[in-house]
Order: sequence, then structure tokens, then C-alpha cells
Amino acid sequence: MRLSYYPGCSLTGTAREYDHSVREVARLVGIELSEIPDWNCCGASSAHMTDHELAIRLSARNLLLAQPEGRDVLVPCAACFQRLRRADLALKKDPKRWGVSDYRPSFKIVHVTPLLSRPDFLLKIREQVTRRLSGLRVACYYGCLSLRPPAVTGAVRYEDPRGLDLITEALGAEPVSWSHKTECCSGSLTMARPDIARALVSDIAKAAGRAGAQALVVDCPMCHANLESRQSDDSPLPVFFATELINLAVTGKSTRKQWRQHLVDPRHLLGSVGF
Amino acid sequence: MSEAISPKQSSAHLPAALKQAGLDVEACYQCGRCSAGCPVSACFDLLPMQVVRLCVYGQEDLLQRSQTIWLCAACETCTTRCPNGIDIAGVMDLLRRRVLAQKLKPGQPRVAAFHKSFLRSVRRWGRTYEAGMLGAYKLRTGDFFGDLKLGLAMLSRGKLRMLPRRIRRRREVKKIFKQKGKIE
Ligand code: SF4
Ligand code: SF4
Repeated sequence: MRLSYYPGCSLTGTAREYDHSVREVARLVGIELSEIPDWNCCGASSAHMTDHELAIRLSARNLLLAQPEGRDVLVPCAACFQRLRRADLALKKDPKRWGVSDYRPSFKIVHVTPLLSRPDFLLKIREQVTRRLSGLRVACYYGCLSLRPPAVTGAVRYEDPRGLDLITEALGAEPVSWSHKTECCSGSLTMARPDIARALVSDIAKAAGRAGAQALVVDCPMCHANLESRQSDDSPLPVFFATELINLAVTGKSTRKQWRQHLVDPRHLLGSVGF
Repeated sequence: MSEAISPKQSSAHLPAALKQAGLDVEACYQCGRCSAGCPVSACFDLLPMQVVRLCVYGQEDLLQRSQTIWLCAACETCTTRCPNGIDIAGVMDLLRRRVLAQKLKPGQPRVAAFHKSFLRSVRRWGRTYEAGMLGAYKLRTGDFFGDLKLGLAMLSRGKLRMLPRRIRRRREVKKIFKQKGKIE
């Protein structure tokens, strides 16, 4: 399978570990990724929050760049995913309004989790696990923009999603049932109002703790950065990208270098479950 | 908010703009689902359902002075849950846009400054340049010490790149910024 790839800005900066792990997992399950040439920032979230036109046009440029290849576009960032889907809908509805003469794409925009939690990919992942993550209790946190609004994202179980739970289960970890799977962490406010972000993140981390989770698992770079940086300093929960855990279970190794970019060091926790 | 939400003070400007943007708010029956699910409503001065009601009446002055439209995190919970298909998050976007277009003072200047710094960076490089954007944001707000520790932790982990990553055809992105038509 070949897919176009839109990493988005975060994956070239604050979330490079996500980019690495997505590319690694794609290789493991036999997906070839070709990065969209000269892609630009989709504008999330500042563009649409202050200027609808700009938001659609910034995202649209990327879609037009992906059009010649004609392959489904894999987007690991939930915010970019939602913005590209929106621009896709807007262009399909009325291309002329956006100065595009014709837009009939043969491709879809896909997020990482719905793709990897497909039965065929889950099977491939399960087959390659060399060391199960037994005893690791995780709270799968989906956040907002890979799910909402469903008319844009195409998500089916948008109030009680399962994708990350299925993936972590396939790795031998124990996803807990908990209350804050889809509560917003206020990533878009985290710079200007860290106080609000701290309050929301603390609610989420406490809910995960109440359910017995030892770590959070996410599929969005904004959520990752916000959950890591806005937890309280006293015993914060490590936050993993789902793709990092897949690599961990497949390679069976946890190295210092692997977690270098994490603000909450997960090595103690991983040590306690035998890594 | 001391002023009442009342149909006596209605004006047609905002409803017309909403209509033009394809945002239909008329079906709201004040059930409160949008507000019950909103993660930030505890910090709001107007609940999402009040925002919708004010839109129906066209009481834009109250909305334009509110903190709510700037504290909304754009999580889309309200839009997802409204039984009448009202795109409340889209309404918030439109309200912010109109405050900026009319050059009014945003209820939360720091939030507005953040968006501005972010978009400046995208206009210039075609992509987000975190270090540059943070610098511009700090200059704009005078918030020099907030998150200092976090910034250092991110630097030492290679999360904050000191050099921008630019795209090749930056001119195309600049054109997008210049060309964009006006909708209001
Ligand atoms: S959920 Fe919809 S109908 Fe209910 S109060 Fe909010 S906007 Fe009105
Ligand atoms: S989009 Fe804004 S108003 Fe709606 S639920 Fe989220 S934070 Fe609240």
C-alpha cells in the first residue's frame, strides 16, 4: 500500500518522535509513505479561529499538491487532519469559490488511528509483537479533532471511540475504561492561558488515575505536548503516542534515546513492567 | 454581564452575516446540551447557549465584548452535540473574525496576540516556526517569564528548533494571505 503523507508542522518540531514512530510503524505494516512535496502549514488552529477564508485556502494548497499522486493522504496530527478534511469538503462543494477550476480527488484524508485499527493492520501488528506490554495499564485519550464534528471527520463512534483501545490491546497492554476519552485538553489555549490548560489537563490525568491507568496514550501532537507539559509536577503520568508503543512492543527494546524528547520520562514505568 | 439578553435590543447585522456564512442559529430551543458539554464554560462570561441566543437577537455588542469567544478552545463538542445541527463552534469563529475585522479590542488580548503571532510565522515561512513565533508572542504581550522553565525543558530535548523550516515556494503562501477575499 502506498499513501501520501502530510506530517504537519508539529511533527517536524515539537513532536518529531511522533513522526519517527509513524514512519517506522508504516514500514512494519507495509505502507510506503511519500511526503507531499513542499507542503505548507494548514493553519490550525489560529487560521480558522480568526479567518475562515485563510484557513480553507492554506489547507487547500496541500490538497492540490496531493492531487497528482491521487493516493489517500495519511495525517498523524488530529488538528491538521480535521482542517484538511474541511478544506476537502469545501473544495468539493464549490471549487470555483476557491479559485480552483476542477476538484474531483480520487483520494481520502485518513488519520493514523482509524487506519492502524483496521482488522488487517491490527493482525499485522499483532504478528510482529516480540514482547507484549503485559501489565501496562493505559488510558487511551482521543481528544477532539480526529473525531469532531463527525460530519467532517467521518468518525463513527465519536463519543466512545475504540481505535486506540484496539491497538493497545493488540500490543498486550490493558486499556482502561474511563470517563475523559474525548474531553478537550484545550491545546489551542495552552500558550495564552496556561492556567486553563492546567485545570483541564489535571482533570484528564486525575480521571485516568482513578481508572487505574499508569500512562496516557494519544494520537495527536497537540494533545501530547499539552498533556505532558501541563500536568502537575508531582507524579505526572507518562504520555505515549500509540505508534511509539507499537514500536516498543515490536522491537522489544526501550532505550534512553527513544524517550529523549519526552518531558515526562517513562523509563521508570516501563522498567516496572519489565522493559 | 449586566445587560439583559432580550429581543428588544435586536439588530439585523449579525444575523445577516451568519446567514451569509451559512450558519443557521434559529432552530435553537435552549436545551443547554452545548453548554453542559463545553470543557471551558466554567471560565466563560457567556454560556454557549447564551451566545446562540444573542446571535438570534443580533446583540453583537455583548458578544464582541465577551471573554467567551476568545476562551472557546474550538473543541467542537457543542457543534457535535447540538440536537438541532447548530454549528456553535463555527459561530464562535465568525464572532472572533468580526471583532478583528472591525478592529475592536479582543476580550482576551493574549489569545488574539497568540493567533496573530502564529499566522505571521506561517505567512513568512510557509510553516510554523515555534521559536520565532514564541518570541513574537512574548514581545506582543510582554509575558517574558511565563513558561520559561517549559521553554528551556523543550529546548534541551530538541523540541524547539532555533531555525525556521521554510517551504520552497513561499510566494504561493504569501499570495494566499494577500488574495483572500473578504466575506463580511
Ligand atoms: S445544544 Fe443547540 S439547541 Fe441546545 S441550547 Fe445549544 S445551540 Fe441551542
Ligand atoms: S467549541 Fe468552544 S464553545 Fe464549543 S464546546 Fe468547545 S470550547 Fe465550548
